[in-house]
Amino acid sequence: MQLIRHLGLALATTLAMAAAHVQAQTQVPKSGGTLNLIVQPEPPGINLGNAKLGPSSFVGSKIYEGLVSLSPKLEPIARLAESWSISPDGKTYTFKLRPHVKWHDGQPFTSADVVFSFTQYLPATFARTKLIMEQVEAVSAPDAGTVVFKLKQPYPAFMLIFEATGGTIMPKHLYEGVSDYRTTTVNNTIVGTGPFKLGEWRRGAFIRLVKNPDYWDKGKPYIDNLYFHIVPDAVGRSIAFESGKVDAIRAGDVENFEIARLAAAPGATLSKAGWEFLQPMAFLNMNLRKKPLDDKRFRQAIAHALDRQFIIKNIFSTFGEPVNGPFTNGYAFKDASVETRYAYDVAKAKALLDEMGLKPGPDGTRAELRLLPLPYGETWQRLAEYTRERLGAVGIKTTIVATDVPGWFSRLSAGDFDLAYNFVYLLGDPSIGINQTYLSTNQLNRGTAANVDGYVNPEIDALLVKADRELQRGERARLYAQVQRTLSADLPILWTHQMVMPTVYRSKVKNLITTGMGMNENFADVWVDK
Amino acid sequence: MERLLFFARRCGKAVLVILFVIAINFALIRAAPGDPATILAGESGAVDAGFVERVRKDYGLDRPLPVQLFTYMKQLLSFDLGNSYRENRPVKEIILEKLPATLLLTLSAFVFSIAVGVGLGIAAARRAGSALDALITAGSLVFFAMPLFWFGLLAIVLFSVKLGWLPPYGMSTVGADLEGWRAWLDTARHLLMPAATLGLFYVAVYTRVTRAAAMEVMDQDFVKTAHAKGVPESRIWRRHILRNAILPVITFVSLQAGHILGGSVLVETVFAWPGIGRLAFDALFQRDYNLLLAVFFVSSVMVVVFNLVADLLYSLADPRIELQK
Repeated sequence: MQLIRHLGLALATTLAMAAAHVQAQTQVPKSGGTLNLIVQPEPPGINLGNAKLGPSSFVGSKIYEGLVSLSPKLEPIARLAESWSISPDGKTYTFKLRPHVKWHDGQPFTSADVVFSFTQYLPATFARTKLIMEQVEAVSAPDAGTVVFKLKQPYPAFMLIFEATGGTIMPKHLYEGVSDYRTTTVNNTIVGTGPFKLGEWRRGAFIRLVKNPDYWDKGKPYIDNLYFHIVPDAVGRSIAFESGKVDAIRAGDVENFEIARLAAAPGATLSKAGWEFLQPMAFLNMNLRKKPLDDKRFRQAIAHALDRQFIIKNIFSTFGEPVNGPFTNGYAFKDASVETRYAYDVAKAKALLDEMGLKPGPDGTRAELRLLPLPYGETWQRLAEYTRERLGAVGIKTTIVATDVPGWFSRLSAGDFDLAYNFVYLLGDPSIGINQTYLSTNQLNRGTAANVDGYVNPEIDALLVKADRELQRGERARLYAQVQRTLSADLPILWTHQMVMPTVYRSKVKNLITTGMGMNENFADVWVDK
Repeated sequence: MERLLFFARRCGKAVLVILFVIAINFALIRAAPGDPATILAGESGAVDAGFVERVRKDYGLDRPLPVQLFTYMKQLLSFDLGNSYRENRPVKEIILEKLPATLLLTLSAFVFSIAVGVGLGIAAARRAGSALDALITAGSLVFFAMPLFWFGLLAIVLFSVKLGWLPPYGMSTVGADLEGWRAWLDTARHLLMPAATLGLFYVAVYTRVTRAAAMEVMDQDFVKTAHAKGVPESRIWRRHILRNAILPVITFVSLQAGHILGGSVLVETVFAWPGIGRLAFDALFQRDYNLLLAVFFVSSVMVVVFNLVADLLYSLADPRIELQK
């Protein structure tokens, strides 16, 4: 009888979900209206060619475009490029551009803009593109509607560099001949090809984007005005959503422990999608240049001393997934079967420390370390306090070094730390996201996602370089499986969890998150059911 | 003439004070780890070491500290506040953009705290020992003890979220595009909570100071004489009691000038008020040296000006006080 009741319930749920899906699919988008969002903190600029930080990308991605966007499975979606082809040897990428596209100032968009952006503008302003473009032999424009990239060697992740936030296409007619793209007064005019144009930026209050009536995708965008409210206080941002001033809250706008309450409000929807490209990973950097952190057993003891399930459940309010290696779940070439697991086991942690000869002193202390917390709000502060408490329980005395964001950045990138909390974006493919953190050639003063720990392993270096150029997917998978096996055994970094990033929005907002770019999509398809 | 000389002397001293404040702040902010170059590098995602060096050279941050200070002072004396590293535009332009909002907020809070504080202090003194006196005294104690940001948040929850009477943040309704008197009214509604939050601490101070001073003056012989002569009550209060009781209030006014700017950093953050208090907060976290020093410069000028005005008021309220002293 109970079985029948369960089956009946399951059937009813399935039917309801199917009906809801069909309804969402068949709803006809409505044009007009305003969408109110929050941008936090206020971006220094929204010229996406120069400013690449989260807030700039969030606003700028509605104004500027790339050749493609990326689906949740990271397959390319046509944007300024209508179609593309890759030669069998994986060394030639040919893009056919969309005709009749105009810049916001009315000038035509052509292949010259693409060549200019990838050979001159982006390499001067964006280190990631500069590094990847070093693998490109030549960029040419056989005609106004075609661009060809010729690579020195195959680079299977190449298609990932063309999305709007990394591969921003800039207007050549405005920037040609400019000596410094960062400081030029041309930046005062924001000209892109995207579905929205800059309407007004009242600094400290809001940024208003208005519909681009000449957008190449006729009939879109649906929304007339996009407002990005600037609310500096986290409680104020919660209230902005609660009081109906804004229609969506992005991950990081409010503390994680506020999310459940906001998502439970009438007419609110919670989504965890849209982070497929960025793939945020939280971890504890350990400075391997220092004793006793240079001993694998000590790092393993730290791993056993921390209850990562507790961290996810109680500190990050369930917005996280456990990981045991450098690849997030769902990341390209993830292979959980090769990873070493470090269960929460205080006795094992103590045994490892004993084995190293680190016996407790009269006050129970075996070693002393400094911990640099991530100064991104209350949640991270709690994580640092939890870590201090748990490491103390196994005899590792930890002092939390209070710092602000510039201090944290400066110390971490210079290697001035013992332990440091951090989170990085893995950016779609290991050849981008894993190389930056584990290659021995990318250590200090190269940003906080670099190999600040000082991990040097020639085997890993060789595997990563080989996998970069390998065209056969099966062989790449084998190489990256070896990378995961070695790294999770070596434990140069303690991966605490894969971050799950919530977005809370009002259900009347449709198509808000549809691609792997999430809230950094161009919003041409977003509409409001009034 | 005497008054003019006094102000000339005070202005000279003020310039020295401001330059000293700038020099101290210059050294302090550079003592903090991280500089604009490392912040910009961090935002670029991945960088090469050459990038950081290039940015440092571009901004002159690679030169010795005394040389940087000397260059900055030289620029400052010709009213050149430099460029913001962050926004890549003149600092003067940014300050002028934000200053009106801060002046509106701080002056409103100032007027509010003086008017309400002195009014309540007199009301309490006139009915000393009554239930009204007890209520005012207890109320002022509560506002004296309550932290600014806490009061601000409680006010937002009550008046914006629960009652829906006042807007929770900002200086105007985003997207309303109001004009004329409607725009003024809209700004006034937005101003109410932040100005009250910023002013309440000093309402409490002025209430208590005015009450105490008024009660002391009430017992003086000249007041008793005025009563004996049959001078009307309202005139005694206006001409004799209030005028004497106001002196300690003026002392606190000059103190408030310094505090109110500090408080505006908090209040502008809680209420998303787009003024220079918040600008200072943001500039600090971005190590935008030029912008931060300019905010300190403007703040110290404001404090000095407030103090000069307080001195002037002193001499007007009590002609016995000689300016040169």
